[in-house]
Amino acid sequence: MTQTNPRVIAQPTPPPPEIEEVPSYRMWKWYDYFTFNVDHKLIGIQYIVMGFIFYLVGGAMAIAMRTELRTPDPDFVDPSLYNALLTNHGTVMIFLWVIPTTIGGFGNYFIPLMIGARDMAFPKLNALAFWLNPPAALLLAVSFIYGGAQAGWTSYPPLSEITAPQAQVLWVAALILIGTSSIMGSLNFLVTIWKMRVPSLPLLKMPLFCWSIIAAAVIALIGTPPLTIGLLLLTFDILFGTSFYKPDAGGTVVLYQHLFWFYSHPAVYLMVLPVFGVMSEVIPVYARKPIFGYTAIAYSSLAISFVGLFVWVHHMFTSGTAPWMRMFFTVSTLLVAIPTGVKIFSWVATLWQGKIRYTSAMLFAVGLLSMFVFGGITGVTLAAVPFDLHVHDSYYIVGHFHYVLFGGSVFGIYAGVYHWFPKMTGRFLDERLGKIHFVMTFFGTHLTFLPMHNLGLSGMPRRIAMYDPQFQALNQLCTWGAYLLALSIVPFYFNVIYSWIKGKRSSGNPWNALTLEWTTDSPPMIENWEVLPVVTTGPYDYGKDRQEEVRQTD
Amino acid sequence: MNRTTSLVLVIIAGILGTIFSFWFGLNNHLLPEQASMQAPLVDDLFNVMVVIGTALFILTEGLIVYSMIRFRQPPGDETDGADIEGNLPLEIVWTAIPAVIVIGIGVYSVEVYEDMGGLHLASPPGHMHVQQPESPGTEMAGMDSAAMAAMPPGSAMAATMSADMAKAAPVIPLPEAKEQIASSYYGIGNRLSDEADEIDLTVNVTGMQFAWLFEYPDLGITVGELHLPVGRRVRLQMKAVDVIHSFWVPQFRLKQDVIPGEETRLQFVATLPGTYPVFCAELCGSYHGSMRTQTIVHSDEDYAEWVKTSQVAAKPSKVPMTVAQLSDEEYLAPYAQEIGLNAETLPKPSTRSF
Ligand SMILES: [Cu+2]
Repeated sequence: MTQTNPRVIAQPTPPPPEIEEVPSYRMWKWYDYFTFNVDHKLIGIQYIVMGFIFYLVGGAMAIAMRTELRTPDPDFVDPSLYNALLTNHGTVMIFLWVIPTTIGGFGNYFIPLMIGARDMAFPKLNALAFWLNPPAALLLAVSFIYGGAQAGWTSYPPLSEITAPQAQVLWVAALILIGTSSIMGSLNFLVTIWKMRVPSLPLLKMPLFCWSIIAAAVIALIGTPPLTIGLLLLTFDILFGTSFYKPDAGGTVVLYQHLFWFYSHPAVYLMVLPVFGVMSEVIPVYARKPIFGYTAIAYSSLAISFVGLFVWVHHMFTSGTAPWMRMFFTVSTLLVAIPTGVKIFSWVATLWQGKIRYTSAMLFAVGLLSMFVFGGITGVTLAAVPFDLHVHDSYYIVGHFHYVLFGGSVFGIYAGVYHWFPKMTGRFLDERLGKIHFVMTFFGTHLTFLPMHNLGLSGMPRRIAMYDPQFQALNQLCTWGAYLLALSIVPFYFNVIYSWIKGKRSSGNPWNALTLEWTTDSPPMIENWEVLPVVTTGPYDYGKDRQEEVRQTD
Repeated sequence: MNRTTSLVLVIIAGILGTIFSFWFGLNNHLLPEQASMQAPLVDDLFNVMVVIGTALFILTEGLIVYSMIRFRQPPGDETDGADIEGNLPLEIVWTAIPAVIVIGIGVYSVEVYEDMGGLHLASPPGHMHVQQPESPGTEMAGMDSAAMAAMPPGSAMAATMSADMAKAAPVIPLPEAKEQIASSYYGIGNRLSDEADEIDLTVNVTGMQFAWLFEYPDLGITVGELHLPVGRRVRLQMKAVDVIHSFWVPQFRLKQDVIPGEETRLQFVATLPGTYPVFCAELCGSYHGSMRTQTIVHSDEDYAEWVKTSQVAAKPSKVPMTVAQLSDEEYLAPYAQEIGLNAETLPKPSTRSF
């Protein structure tokens, strides 16, 4: 076999016929997706579809807020509702969109496929973890009857204890359900990756997505319990008259901030690490090159998750924190930049001397890279306490974390969808619509979030429904950007729905990729393979003279 | 293109990128005007970070764009790219250089922070945590008498202070002489030392939904706007009545959370006469966005004038000594008009009761 013919996959069964016929093996029916089903691929799709539904919900909230902010006066929504929108926008986007889609969705679908397992280690636990999410969403919806939680996704007491307390309790209940789901999922991933790899797959030959899921799972396992405790104490204060956070009865409000940020800063890495994993899967395939510095990328994920556990106080530099803490957490926060930089440079080096295919997946991956460079640099500036004292709780922060979470996580989800859609559905997405989608999203992101940095630097606080008129011009720019972003999802959702029904049929390995998920049919059968694959090449051995292809044993 | 040509091009691009980074870092005009002694320190740090950030941005984005163009798939070429799995020296370089940069920024931040007075030694905690009051009214009264009692006699007598200030108090060196500024002149956080002898003016700041109240204990003035003399050492002693607020004057580059149950402090010297906005930076309820007022930095003469007018306006019966007997409403009523409190900006009862 020559180098020009990257790979042929040995199929134990004849390749699926081109005609639209029901495959020979049993497939799930549409109604199975609404049941308590234990197949990891079905659960993965449940998570992804749920995520994309709540992406619309959270997006609608953002559009309402940006519409409010086109003028300095509160004239579009009631200020209390505005606060409920900003609280739930954050909550929905983090807990019902980015985390479930990346970890729950891509993680569940692809971790077993990438390591040659037939399912997750605990399939029932897996299904249970998913089904904790819809009731959580329901609780958030019900909370709007009571005005919606209005204290921000951070929900600092005393504000959270005195403002719309019924809604706040429902919000806490929703978060605890999601947190429980996250703990179950993380445990499941760790055991699955540890115990269920095919024997021919050592840890350091795993696809890098697996490494990023390990790092994310560790964060979720360590961080979620303190958050849960913090939230429970908040509920006790509201419901049972305890006074953990009530200063006039011996409590302290800053205690909550510690418990909250101990989870919630690592939660940023929770949202970003799996997407880093997606990057490491997408870029080598379309650059047709081995990933640059496999080991460095794998270990940098662990380094980020470890150091990320010691940075939380940088959210509290203005909270009356002890000076030594401000220093310690400045330094620890700055350290996170090092492993993150290693990843970014490694991906850039992977592009170098490749033969880059301009697919939609690749465009979003490179788009993410360019956005993350900017978000990372502004992130480093925030670690410097004296400067952070000025911009803390300003629009500079809003701009910064949207570059990381929209330009990062959301772009990564898009890249993952364009990359894996043929695997998950057996059909291609339309590439032309994909490119239109990319261009609109790319410019919309900059237009929406770049002016926010100027706003914050010149003095506009965040989380406000009414603002000083001097900030109006830039706010209108942001609002137009948000409308462009809203429009940008039209070609995408149309593309997904249309292609899922009528898109061009895909083979098992349409992108000539080397990781194990591409060695089975598209979509894979229940239980993934008839005969488990044997790993004979590295996950990213592009450009090598591959004598031995991945074969399947008899 | 041969090796020498491309090397020359790379060097030229590097020089241009460096020049641009320095130009942008030093002329970015992204921050508002500097009106406190801390501001130039913060801005210098920011500008240094902008120079480094711009250079890194140009380098990385340049490499991405160059790779995307130069290494795009040639039409019809289905082969793979070069088999490069890594390069240890290169990887060490791009781990070590960012490490050096961030450690440098870290050290510089600590230094600036120390200059800003952020590393003040804590005084015994008993001095910091104010007795928890039954109601905001008594709380402020208790604090006032405590603060007054702590004052060295004659250090800042109410009436004489403004009149005699110009000759009595030493004029603070302005930022030109940075080295001479003792860090005790200004600071941030709640652990500032209790010694008052370095302070020219103490203002008790109260944050409440959704207004600021500024009380001058030595002058018997309480107002909704912060009036300050230029070039004086000011201390704000800040308390929150209901929820967490955050005091922010962007032109001072200073922000400090105002926390229920704990006094926080800011010490600074305003350096530029003018009117600047005061924002609340911590979400504090529906009308959080309208919780703004202004701070007016006066020249010495204007400040004396303002003190005189305000003291005439303030009824003698309203000096804080009697406040302990007043309810919240009674205490706040005289100031309600001044600070623009009205039914609309007051917290809605429906959102506060359970
Ligand atoms: Cu406030």
